Amino acid sequence: MTLPATIALGDARVGFRGRITALDLSRAPAAGLEPPELERRLIELGFVEGASVELLHQGLFGGDPIAVRVAATTIALRRREAMAVVVTDRP
Amino acid sequence: MNVAVDLAPVVALVGNPNCGKTALFNALTGSRQKVANYPGVTVEKKLGRLSTPAGRALEIVDLPGTYSLRARSPDEEITRDVVLGKLTSEQAPDLIVCVADASNLRLALRLALELKQVGRPVMMSLNMMDIARKRGIEIDLGVLARELGLPVVSSVAVRRGGTDALLAALDKQLDVLPRAAAATWRPPDAAGLRSAQREADRVLRAAVRNPGHLDPATARFDAVLLHPIGGLVILLAILFVMFQAVFAWARPLMELISEGFTWLGAAVATLPLPDIIRSFLKDGLIAGVGSVIVFLPQIVILFFFILVLEDLGYMARAAFLMDRIMGGAGLHGRAFIPLLSSFACAIPGIMATRVIDDRRDRLTTILVAPLMTCSARIPVYTLIISAFIPDREVWGFVGLQGLVMFGLYASGIGAALAVSFVAKRFFWRTSAGEPFMLELPDYKIPQVKSLVFGVAMRASAFLKRAGTTILSMMILIWVLASFPQPPEGATEPAINYSLAATIGHAIEPVTAPLGFNWQINVALIPGMAAREVAVGALGTIYSIDAGDGATEKIGEALKSQWPLATALALLAWYVFAPQCASTLAVIRRETGGWGWMGTTFVYMLVLAYIAALLTNQIARALGAV
Repeated sequence: MTLPATIALGDARVGFRGRITALDLSRAPAAGLEPPELERRLIELGFVEGASVELLHQGLFGGDPIAVRVAATTIALRRREAMAVVVTDRP
Repeated sequence: MNVAVDLAPVVALVGNPNCGKTALFNALTGSRQKVANYPGVTVEKKLGRLSTPAGRALEIVDLPGTYSLRARSPDEEITRDVVLGKLTSEQAPDLIVCVADASNLRLALRLALELKQVGRPVMMSLNMMDIARKRGIEIDLGVLARELGLPVVSSVAVRRGGTDALLAALDKQLDVLPRAAAATWRPPDAAGLRSAQREADRVLRAAVRNPGHLDPATARFDAVLLHPIGGLVILLAILFVMFQAVFAWARPLMELISEGFTWLGAAVATLPLPDIIRSFLKDGLIAGVGSVIVFLPQIVILFFFILVLEDLGYMARAAFLMDRIMGGAGLHGRAFIPLLSSFACAIPGIMATRVIDDRRDRLTTILVAPLMTCSARIPVYTLIISAFIPDREVWGFVGLQGLVMFGLYASGIGAALAVSFVAKRFFWRTSAGEPFMLELPDYKIPQVKSLVFGVAMRASAFLKRAGTTILSMMILIWVLASFPQPPEGATEPAINYSLAATIGHAIEPVTAPLGFNWQINVALIPGMAAREVAVGALGTIYSIDAGDGATEKIGEALKSQWPLATALALLAWYVFAPQCASTLAVIRRETGGWGWMGTTFVYMLVLAYIAALLTNQIARALGAV
């Protein structure tokens, strides 16, 4: 049995589909907010464990920002904040 | 407390951004609404009245959109404080209506759970039910109400009769209004938010079938409009049309208005009144009012475009596309449109900064907007360039005059980027930068009614708010330029005897290093009314009759009187100087105080002084005398 491979949403490519497994604030050291506040903001926009995610679009420069479908909502954010969202493409 | 004045129950509309709250507010209140500001802050307060089917008079307040009562911006703080009844100036709401987009319920359900904790009666209105149904989203209102523990009705704000169920429910709720219970709401931590979202997801699974699919039309549009390259090209095309409209389409109307006021002024000038009263009416009052109203076409056109783009759901996409590009200079993606509008005129540009949610980002944008080369600078630039810059080509194909003009525009843009960079790094250093995180709503067709309301509201807010301040400044400028009156048998133009001339002479030692003589100082004072007025003022001071070819004659006079270094220094001055009373007045109104107006005035003045000083000294050193 292999463990599900997880990556940071901030590292995902356009077209990535998966599920959120955790919010790990230590993965987003460059984020513009203190970790507890970033975590609250992410949850308020629907990034909670178990929610489905799909990376829909990205910007021209450095592939930033990204547009992510989280459950039934589309959220735009920068990759450096999306680093805190741990996702897996396994069921 | 003024108990006797107004006891109409207050109903507060609370919801996520883009949930159609404002459309619902418009549908409920029609034209019986007004916009004011909450005391001390720049947050718009939208109030309206309505009568329910049972004949009850209600006051409806449309609160700024939020995802949580855990306020993150001044707008959201207002929502929190009104909902919690903490704002002393406002009557606490008797009933909270949580407005939710039926096609995008998930985040709204978590907000509703939070609203339940404030101890006031809450009900939920599922807006845009028609869209949800069309997209195959099935919502069982009964199950939703049971699982959520709140009364739930559906509404379609944009359809006649679409609010009937809500109105009936308002009556029913207000009939049996329980006393406000103790608020148990505390700012939730991550664990609290997480468990609330889990509970919301449970309610969603129980009551809604098929909730999650991306709107196919939105997906198709976004494939093009958010394309990394195509999207930017389309954005630039949209902005080009918008800029063109504000710049060119407004021109005939502006000329009409300005001619109308000139005609009115001329008509007043023939009235049998004492000279001083005639001059006050013509040059103070009518010219002052005219100089305000002349901006109205630009404001109406600009806000029409902004509201269409906002209602379409495109504004969030524009911010997405521009975020990285603007971000390099410390500006928010949404600052792009206000700054672009400022090329036409900083006044609509500064008003347009309302699309920026974060206060710091908005203030930074307001701070730098006046550095964008507005259309009022063009007459001054044209006058000096055509008089002093030789009309020849450099590098074989570029006209030198055009190159200087381009350089002036580029200096303005460069300065704006530099100032915002510095402001972001040093002013706001104390707290971390706002991250770019926003919802990209589904595309929607704008409603004509809400567009008309929106534009009319901006226009009247501009006339009312800016009008009073701008007018009083215009009158002050007129007083400075008119008093004291010239003595009997005076040979020089009247302005040369006025307070403005006294000031012009007095500050000559200060402006001498810039190469400015007292005549320039004097012209700059009426130039505060509107930058281009300085051209006419120079004509007056150098006693050149207005009429055909007056501008060329002024140019010739200046060429014979000023060294080239002075002309270049004046151009440099005009790039930076806070030479527009109207802009300053609008900054005061939009930021809700004198502080930011003062900051803008001082930093622009300092930049202008340094730029003119360097230009004059360097040009002299290089022999441009």
